[in-house]
Amino acid sequence: MAVFASPTGTGPKAYLSRRYRLSASHRLHSDTFSEEKNWAVYGKCNNPHGHGHNYVVEVTLGGRVSPTTGMVCDLGELDRFAQTNLLARFDHMNLNTLPEFRDAVSTTENFTIEVYRIFERFAGAKVERVRVEETSNNSFEYAGGRTGEVERL
Amino acid sequence: MILLTRKAEFSSAHYYWNDAWPAEQNARVFGKCANKNGHGHNYTLEVTVAGEVDPVSGFVVDLKELKDILEREVVSVYDHRHLNLEVPEFAGRVPTTENIAIAIWERLEDKIPHAKLHRVRVYEMPELFADYYGER
Repeated sequence: MAVFASPTGTGPKAYLSRRYRLSASHRLHSDTFSEEKNWAVYGKCNNPHGHGHNYVVEVTLGGRVSPTTGMVCDLGELDRFAQTNLLARFDHMNLNTLPEFRDAVSTTENFTIEVYRIFERFAGAKVERVRVEETSNNSFEYAGGRTGEVERL
Repeated sequence: MILLTRKAEFSSAHYYWNDAWPAEQNARVFGKCANKNGHGHNYTLEVTVAGEVDPVSGFVVDLKELKDILEREVVSVYDHRHLNLEVPEFAGRVPTTENIAIAIWERLEDKIPHAKLHRVRVYEMPELFADYYGER
């Protein structure tokens, strides 16, 4: 909706972050490693039956605040995009069975990069950073390779 | 340089409305946030300042002083108030999370001694927050 994003406007630039929760299973395993090496590298995460996490995906979008709406982007539009492109695809799934992880180990590093690429397609505002909490002790951030953005945000 | 963050909380009412638009456009764009009777949130404010550590005190800023500044400049003005009706900067500005972060930045920018305001983060709820770094 044109009233929201103001990419060329003169308003101040702000960053909006939204958190989504999804639960999924995975198994860390590399076909290039032997069985012993997989166990040595991934430990219990290599359990052939898999295990799961409650992931928290935090997406940060940046843009000029529209003078008419006071917003960086339409939150409803963002939530609908996330429902279709993130939650419907990954929530209550086994990550290893999905095409995104056919050739990549389903680490949260790779998942974070995949989520960033998904939100690059969101037309309402520019994704600046994705942060994924695998557990409350582990989190991962990706800003499209722009380390400066991570430091600033 | 060290970054130091202080939290504060305030609970406020607001609604989203653009006077330049007819009622049906406000309802379409802002949805349930356009209810003119208002609704409210428990906001969490995180103010991050940047500065050098004073060799004598070991502080970047005196946290008690920073707490008092946040209380005086923000919490006492916003807490248990209706943002649209009682806080002057929102008379002509929709009190979205983005605009609240910008307004708080403007309130604090010149008020912090010995340190530079780095970031204002406002959580409307744990799942939604806005950051402002003074990028005009």
